[in-house]
Amino acid sequence: MRLLVNKIFLALSVLSALIGLTFLGWILITLFIKGLSSFHFSLFLNDLIEGGLRNLIIGQFILAGLASIIGIPLGMAAGIYLQEYGRGRYASLIRDLSDIMMSAPSIVIGAFVYAVVVIPTGGTSGFAGAISLAIMMLPVVINTTDNMLSLVPRELREAGISLGASKYRVIIDIIIKAAKVGIMTGILLAFARIIGETAPLLFTSETSNYFSLDLTESFPSLTVSIYDLANEPEESSRDLAWAASFILTALVLVINLAGRFITRNKH
Amino acid sequence: MEKIFQKLSLSSASLVFIILIGIFITLFNSSKLAIDEYGFDFITNPDWNKEVTIDTPLSDVTTEDIIIDEDDMIMDEDEVMFDEDNENTKTVFGGLVPIVGTLLSTLIALVFALPIAMGIAVFLAEIAPKNISNIVGIAIELLAAIPSIIFGMWGLYYFAPIVADIVGGYQVSLLTAGLVLGVMILPFMAAITRDSMNTTPSVLKESAYALGATKFEVIKDIIFPYSKVGIIGSIILALGRALGETMAVAFLIGSIFALPSAINDPTISIPVAMANNFGEASGLGESALFYLALILFVISFAVISVAKFYFLKKVK
Repeated sequence: MRLLVNKIFLALSVLSALIGLTFLGWILITLFIKGLSSFHFSLFLNDLIEGGLRNLIIGQFILAGLASIIGIPLGMAAGIYLQEYGRGRYASLIRDLSDIMMSAPSIVIGAFVYAVVVIPTGGTSGFAGAISLAIMMLPVVINTTDNMLSLVPRELREAGISLGASKYRVIIDIIIKAAKVGIMTGILLAFARIIGETAPLLFTSETSNYFSLDLTESFPSLTVSIYDLANEPEESSRDLAWAASFILTALVLVINLAGRFITRNKH
Repeated sequence: MEKIFQKLSLSSASLVFIILIGIFITLFNSSKLAIDEYGFDFITNPDWNKEVTIDTPLSDVTTEDIIIDEDDMIMDEDEVMFDEDNENTKTVFGGLVPIVGTLLSTLIALVFALPIAMGIAVFLAEIAPKNISNIVGIAIELLAAIPSIIFGMWGLYYFAPIVADIVGGYQVSLLTAGLVLGVMILPFMAAITRDSMNTTPSVLKESAYALGATKFEVIKDIIFPYSKVGIIGSIILALGRALGETMAVAFLIGSIFALPSAINDPTISIPVAMANNFGEASGLGESALFYLALILFVISFAVISVAKFYFLKKVK
């Protein structure tokens, strides 16, 4: 009887794993079949107005890239503060708040940026979108930097200080270098996360059918356009949405796997 | 130079504090109009963007479902503006429907995902050989990395029709939205639960095996009690994620401001109400959306804090 219960339990557990894998497989196969059937290389050459995706892909990269330029240095500096300078209550409060911020609803962050950037500047803009994404990215970078720096052995710090280097030199030249791989992985995963975000962009950058580099205007976004296209009644729009989803997911998963690959090779 | 560097890192860290306080203050200020107008009755009022005659008490107004799509919304507001000389009607906004929709869809997601996530966690932590566990673990984490909008499209066109065939009712409904939400939080829940389970000291497990316990008994009597706090924390954290999820739900919940009378009825959630109506809203309508955002922010802040500080702190 005990053995039977044990067997049933183990079978259920394996079944759960299979269910999880089935969902992953189902989604990926759907994307592959639907996406590939409407995929064409001309999608990379034409803008949305001509039935392509070029402006959207470039736009999404610019938004996520700009967010990284804002979010990575700030996040790393904050992580350095928590691990190297911060002691006591304030640092642990910031650490806790950053943890909470990581799980804050992305649409609320969009609403916040709408109120403090979009309304005062008079309209949706690429900048507003990038700021939303940067706010999404910030706590993730803080968390990674904080964790990775905590793994750097004390002796390295002491060695640096004993050579007469000032603390910030030790941090920049020794500690950050020692934790480089881990931090880079974290940043890649954070980038993969924000490049697939839709909700914080809906009313900050919106999207555009045309190619644009002007960050003060509504900015082309792949994810927001997928949402719009998927809700269009025409079959052709939905096909384009599937092709875009295929490209987006491939991108996100490749960045994600690349991040994991780097860590595995180094450790 | 040292001083500058230290100041810079301190101010970057303080940015987290400033942004969170800023979000709270901004949402509160922007929803002030709606808070002054409705107060806490907002939470219990099921009518959204509905014109009522002023001398009629709210409860006597016949409720009829209002379907708001983007075009309607604009028209309604224009009407209100032109009708301003007509003093005895006004448009009211109440938050009950999206609040209920958010809570119910999250509940469905939780009920669906919980047993499967526990099964996966047990599989990864205790059953599978190390290399299989690694591969399945990566696959589950990839599932977590897929953008939510993809879950929404897949859910709408491939998953919901099957569910609707089995259960009946609409393809866009509370049920299908909840289930897709469940699939989304599944990998997240499984991963943290596995990590909690892995904290069980192997000495405890080995002792139990040495006494002749089966795997099931070890998991039930040793690992679960040991990692219970962490597991509960991970469940609540997943719940916090599900509350604020927008895109996957937006495709599936139906976006109708009406209380569902059955599990397979369409309704709306707070994030979806915001996603669909924000750009077009103005005045009181926009303020009401900010009020909803404030409610969502406070609820998820509370839920996540409880998970992180009450349950997961103990694990560390």
